[in-house]
Amino acid sequence: MLQTHEISPEVIEKEKLYQEMGLTDEEYQSVKKILGRQPNYTETGIFSVMWSEHCSYKTSKPLLRKFPTEGPQVIQGPGEGAGIIDIGDDQGIVFKIESHNHPSAVEPYQGAATGVGGIIRDIFSMGARPIASLNSLRFGPLTSGRVKYLFEEVVHGISGYGNCVGVPTVGGEVQFDACYEGNPLVNAMAVGLIDRKDIQQGVAKGLGNTVLYVGSKTGRDGIHGATFASEDLTEDSENRRSNVQVGDPFMEKLLIEACLEAIHCDALVGMQDMGAAGLTSSASEMASKAGMGMEMNMNLIPQREANMTAYEMMLSESQERMLLVVEKGREQEIVDIFKKYSLEAVAVGKVTDDKQFRLIHHGEVVCDIPVDSLAEDAPVYYKPSKVPAYYEAFQQMKTYQPDVEDVAETFKQLLQQPTIASKEYVYDQYDSMVQANTVVSPGSDAAVIRIRDYDKAIAITTDCNSRYIYLDPETGGKIAVAEAARNIYASGAKPLAITDGLNFGNPDKPENFWQMEKSVEGMSAACLALDTPVISGNVSLYNESQGQAIFPTPIVGMVGLHAKTKDITTSHFKAAGDVILMIGEAKPEFAGSELQNILEHEYFGHAPSIDLDLERKRGDALLKAIQVGLVKSAHDVSEGGFSVAIAESLFNQPTLGATVDLSGDVNTVLFSETQSRYVISVDPADVAEVEALIEDATVIGHVTENGVLRVTVNKEAVITEPVQALETLWKGAIPCLLKSKA
Amino acid sequence: MKKVSIHITLKEGVLDPEGKAIEGSLATLGYEGVKEVRVGKLIEMYMDDAVDVKAEVEAMCQKLLANPVIENYTYDVEEGVVS
Amino acid sequence: MIVFPGSNCDRDMYHAAKDALGEEAELVWYQDSHLSGYDAILIPGGFSYGDYLRCGAIASTSKIVDSLKREAERGTPILGVCNGFQILLEAGLLPGALLRNEKLKFICHHETLVVKNNQTQFTSDYQMDEEISIPVAHGEGNYYCDDETLAQLKTNQQIVFTYKDNPNGSVADIAGIINEAGNVLGMMPHPERATETILGSMDGLKMFTSLVKNWRDSYVTNA
Repeated sequence: MLQTHEISPEVIEKEKLYQEMGLTDEEYQSVKKILGRQPNYTETGIFSVMWSEHCSYKTSKPLLRKFPTEGPQVIQGPGEGAGIIDIGDDQGIVFKIESHNHPSAVEPYQGAATGVGGIIRDIFSMGARPIASLNSLRFGPLTSGRVKYLFEEVVHGISGYGNCVGVPTVGGEVQFDACYEGNPLVNAMAVGLIDRKDIQQGVAKGLGNTVLYVGSKTGRDGIHGATFASEDLTEDSENRRSNVQVGDPFMEKLLIEACLEAIHCDALVGMQDMGAAGLTSSASEMASKAGMGMEMNMNLIPQREANMTAYEMMLSESQERMLLVVEKGREQEIVDIFKKYSLEAVAVGKVTDDKQFRLIHHGEVVCDIPVDSLAEDAPVYYKPSKVPAYYEAFQQMKTYQPDVEDVAETFKQLLQQPTIASKEYVYDQYDSMVQANTVVSPGSDAAVIRIRDYDKAIAITTDCNSRYIYLDPETGGKIAVAEAARNIYASGAKPLAITDGLNFGNPDKPENFWQMEKSVEGMSAACLALDTPVISGNVSLYNESQGQAIFPTPIVGMVGLHAKTKDITTSHFKAAGDVILMIGEAKPEFAGSELQNILEHEYFGHAPSIDLDLERKRGDALLKAIQVGLVKSAHDVSEGGFSVAIAESLFNQPTLGATVDLSGDVNTVLFSETQSRYVISVDPADVAEVEALIEDATVIGHVTENGVLRVTVNKEAVITEPVQALETLWKGAIPCLLKSKA
Repeated sequence: MKKVSIHITLKEGVLDPEGKAIEGSLATLGYEGVKEVRVGKLIEMYMDDAVDVKAEVEAMCQKLLANPVIENYTYDVEEGVVS
Repeated sequence: MIVFPGSNCDRDMYHAAKDALGEEAELVWYQDSHLSGYDAILIPGGFSYGDYLRCGAIASTSKIVDSLKREAERGTPILGVCNGFQILLEAGLLPGALLRNEKLKFICHHETLVVKNNQTQFTSDYQMDEEISIPVAHGEGNYYCDDETLAQLKTNQQIVFTYKDNPNGSVADIAGIINEAGNVLGMMPHPERATETILGSMDGLKMFTSLVKNWRDSYVTNA
């Protein structure tokens, strides 16, 4: 165990160098106990990445256990690269969301690009062809130069990588709030289609089988990326540029094609991508899951730079790399498949039966660790939790009542708020149609991808209104799941399951941990009520800058199934003369609303209430009406309330208008963000049948052909605007903000 | 070894939107004296001393490295370099 | 259909020919250097070789392109879409070049094209000046050629499609051109993404039906 060029185990302990790698004193002591000796430099590094939050979920594990993860629709729950749900005909949909927040804050183009690349690898490493990707983005207000730069480059990075790799980017959402100014969120979700018989597992089974390394060479990029992702962002982060990996989408495209060909060769035993913590996590997890050990010769690892140490190779997060386990003696069959795509597959090690993770470099053993200790012995922390003072203060407040001076002006202002305004600037840069299966492109409630050769389709959405979660994490957590389900229902599909992208601040602060705890409880309750178990996910903690945490942002990625393609429904009105109905009734709920943002520039008060049973009942009733063929358009009511929802239903239709008559408090009926509501349009002949099917549906007006949106409240005209003019405001807002000088 | 640096630029008269964007952005930073920004590529390579550099580099540029429809190229050779 | 490393619209093109049109089609990996025996050759879009160096440049140097040039000379109909168009230009089978979009951004949406020449074997099922809706999806689709070449394209009626509302800065709103002999057509928009109503437009299908009809006619006449 001679370490000639490296810091000695004694010095690591004496000078507490393990702390720099991210291990606490206590954790270091457990490592010593596991090994029965001091770990050397490489081993210390390996433990520190495997026990980081990113890989071990040591802080979030107690919370994640609360999520419902089972159901007849679940083929594969959390634990593998991605979860899988059943869509019939022996087909499954594989999906997962993952964050790349900190790399994107430092180098937005590459951070976002490699985020997309990483999540796509999670999908095809399961054996599935990636068929769609989505992005959930959060930035500070689009007024500072830095935020504009981050926003433009993140979008550019997603477009640069996603377009080249040939997976359509079909949707997602972008929201803007001051809390994300120093710590933007970039969460990427990918979706794949698989025949059940092709499902792969990341396991290193079979004593003596060969470990193959495939893809890009290993460089020094991204060393300690996993620990980086588990720390607060500081000024110092700027200097960490070398931590950020560079993506090569062309290599990824070749890997997709080669791996999907390799799964049809029965010499392949297991396959896993090298994501966070690179070679360390892929190799050790594959061995651990199979109940085996693994031995690798580091000299055989394809290297991009000279004189790399074992430590550097094991911790490198170079992109576009995969680890395969192949039946001994049949390596050539797999090597040939990769060769066709000009990719090298190199034998770097073998499966052993001693459950040790052993690495040899220059003929010396540089790592010898019980493999299970990396995954299973990782510490689990039960962090203290405390109700934040702000929450208690909000609970004491009276219901917030907005003071709106000019209703029509406020309405126009809402349409131009970046969170509400058209995101065409963003999605026009994404190839949303490649693969020729995209039925509903970005801009409707959920994206829809048809399943070729079958009369069915899937609906996909991401959602999370973090303002409500900040006000009340439990209620907000419920709403996040419910809102995603609403998007799926409105598109004519049945919600099936979710993936969660949990983004929070520093969990060591009890108030932050309380937010995590409560939002997970809320989400779990909603998942149960809506029968959408959690099948995969990701946790990103320490999202803070200058000591200020982001709003708790647990992003929900949801997938639903259209039983027939005829059920596919969009949010746009279709024809003049159609009758407009509102499902649900507005209550005076303005806390956390876009209106409160405009008027108060902050959020306070009680989050909107939510009744999960009612949510389910309405969603199911709407879906039933869609399946019977009665609904021509459906759109959920979200940020900005009814006024924004009806305007959005009219946009992108050159000639249509709408005349609507409402009654009640003007602000409430127009701007309240009361949950569980939809705006739908139906043929006049079908109104009675729709009302019979959907209990809370009320006729409020009709679609006209005059291109004017006319809304009266209590018989008094409050909005009379040409749709074209509104659309210009809505579409122009983001490009206009980007152009204006900071 | 010889080190060859090949500079590829857009031909005069071919619109260079990237150059235009950089020019605009420099102007907003206050560098208003900057005119006509053009963006090109620099390709570096090492070649054995025995190689007929002129003939090979010319051919490479014609065949692959530059597109003669829109691009011009020039190159410098540095002799006696240790790569 | 030739598949290069990095092609990503190959399957879309394949399904357009096979499912929407009902014809036989085969994907040919770029390392196979034989292209003979096919009635038409389609070069799909994507990012061959990651679009490194210049879009289509590296692909245009592969062996299969020599075989493609021979087929072009023999008069075999060849259609290059998006990256396929870029490859045809880089290979010298069509005149001009493609630059980055004027606004420097990738664009992806439906565009209205105008059919400027319906006398080609690819466009005979369209009406002259017919407006059709076809998706574009590219970052470097800004067609460029010098004035002399443009004059020639105009004189020989080689401009087949123009954009109604130029999205990328192309010279003379050019969206697609054909060679003088009339058998090699290159275009940036994606007709293969517009062959089924469920995908929003059927307007691209006529390119494929034109091609098949003309092939049948010439086959029958020659027989």
